[in-house]
Amino acid sequence: MTATIVSLRNVSRGFAGGVLALRDVSLEIGRGELVAIVGPSGSGKSTMLNIIGTLDRASAGTVEIDGLAVENLKDSQLSALRARHIGFVFQHFHLSPGVSALDNVADGLLYTGTGLRERRERAEAALCEVGLAHRLDHRPHQLSGGEKQRTAIARALARRPLLLLADEPTGALDSTSGEGVVQLLLGLHRAGTAVVVITHDRDLAARFDRQAAMRDGQLVEDTRRSIR
Amino acid sequence: MSTLQPAKLLAIDVVRLAAYGLTARPLRVVLSALGIAIGIAAMIAVVGISTSSRAQLNQLLSELGTNLLSAGPGKSMFGEAATMPPESIAMLGRIAEVEMVSAIGVLADARIYRSNRIPVSQSGGLAVYAARLNLLETLSAEVAVGSWLNEATANYPAVVLGARAAARLGIGRGLIGQQVWLGGRWFTVVGILAPVSLVPMLDLSALIGWPAGERHLDFEGDITTLYLRTAPDAVEAVRSILAPSANPKEPNEVDVSRPSDALAAEAAADVAFTGLLLGLGAVALLVGGIGVANTMVISVLERRAEIGLRRSQGATRGHIRMQFFGEALLLALLGGGSGVLIGALVTIGYAHVMGWPVDIPLWVPAGGMAATLLIGGIAGLYPAIRAARLAPTEALSVG
Repeated sequence: MTATIVSLRNVSRGFAGGVLALRDVSLEIGRGELVAIVGPSGSGKSTMLNIIGTLDRASAGTVEIDGLAVENLKDSQLSALRARHIGFVFQHFHLSPGVSALDNVADGLLYTGTGLRERRERAEAALCEVGLAHRLDHRPHQLSGGEKQRTAIARALARRPLLLLADEPTGALDSTSGEGVVQLLLGLHRAGTAVVVITHDRDLAARFDRQAAMRDGQLVEDTRRSIR
Repeated sequence: MSTLQPAKLLAIDVVRLAAYGLTARPLRVVLSALGIAIGIAAMIAVVGISTSSRAQLNQLLSELGTNLLSAGPGKSMFGEAATMPPESIAMLGRIAEVEMVSAIGVLADARIYRSNRIPVSQSGGLAVYAARLNLLETLSAEVAVGSWLNEATANYPAVVLGARAAARLGIGRGLIGQQVWLGGRWFTVVGILAPVSLVPMLDLSALIGWPAGERHLDFEGDITTLYLRTAPDAVEAVRSILAPSANPKEPNEVDVSRPSDALAAEAAADVAFTGLLLGLGAVALLVGGIGVANTMVISVLERRAEIGLRRSQGATRGHIRMQFFGEALLLALLGGGSGVLIGALVTIGYAHVMGWPVDIPLWVPAGGMAATLLIGGIAGLYPAIRAARLAPTEALSVG
């Protein structure tokens, strides 16, 4: 077990047509750390999140997650890595319509090799944890925006990931709901999960221990608050 | 954590995933399953109806017996219609394996009319035969209305009409006892036969008693056709000695046949037609398969975000492939299952209307389901592979 959960060394990611979304980025994130990756749109934040989340591979440089070099892992091994250690939260929730909050969360455990009963038990616990104990049987269209995002967080949380990646988690929410979600993420961090939030909202980023600022595919600033 | 092994999906979860994918778009599922259902239903009904019809024929054959032989006069060496000597009945009766012998003799010059006012040329193509009294029993034939000839009526101008002959003459149920103009004198209709399955020729005939023919119509007693029932296991043996026994002088002038063969041939003739309809069903099934493939391709396009989400949650390409493949199979099975049901119902309904026994061999629904799985599998393969190939980032960027 290493103290570092994410290690990017001189990582670049180019796309067809010569676009370089990431240029020579190096970044280390420790276990249980709370990091905001901040920058304007087009700065390469989402590419960064995809690479950290092993949804995408770097064109150059090395990426290590929990001490494992991503470039040496097969696609199916990366899937297993995500299933065990990485949770995602997206701006637009990605909840299945027509399925209850409980089953949406339980579905997030599908690829961990657990049976339906255990998946539902863990899903219920996760929903209680995010304060949605009273919404288990509600469908997504019966939930408010904030509740939807909290359901999505419960879905990521149910797997007990070492690393939670959130892409503009408050981007589609009003400020009150957004605040609830932020409090939830801060709480997860306090409970020991490394939380990486991507945002273009500098006010939000300012509330995090560490801010990594990006521009034009490069990491231009990496600041830590000295006092927690 | 050095060994990273993706978890296996439980079979029940694959089914659950497939069912979930389908229930999310019910109308589209029903429509594309319908294509498969129509194909399978058509094939099941075609095979079911044809086997039921054959079962009906077989039932008929076993009721009528396949041990009836007929010996008719062939052509003489000079091309004239030959007859058989009257003694042949007695000669054949002496063969041990022959259980019953009967005969008819044509009255070549006699015509039958509804009345003596009908022009001579409008004979309606009906033939007049003198018949032995045991003819009905020998042929397993039955009287539909009235009665068959007996010792008494066989001596008098009485006639029994074949089913179609009665219809042509306009003699219905209520007209038993009516007079008809036969061979230049009045005969009384005493009965009408039910259709004679083994000898359909008799349906277009009028039958009178042997002595009545001799007494009233100058019938000379020459036999046109002999009918005999043999012991069931001696049919071929009797058949081989039938011609020389019936007409020892001119055995080559006797045409021997087995009337049940004609019914069996009718059953065989159905097969070609069935093959054609089966081909049409297969085309419908193929079109149904294309429908399933189309539905699945669209489904993959629409569900890119879902695929991306699942990949982010740890689904491997194999998991995604299995999910969409399972969905295509389930969709096809849904169509195939309802197709089998519809096909069976159509067969049962049709057989019921026709008064046939229902006969759907087990291989028919089994084959239908197998064809369905094959079609569904082929149709689902490409969309499933396509879904699995989607990069998770590409899939997620749509939301």
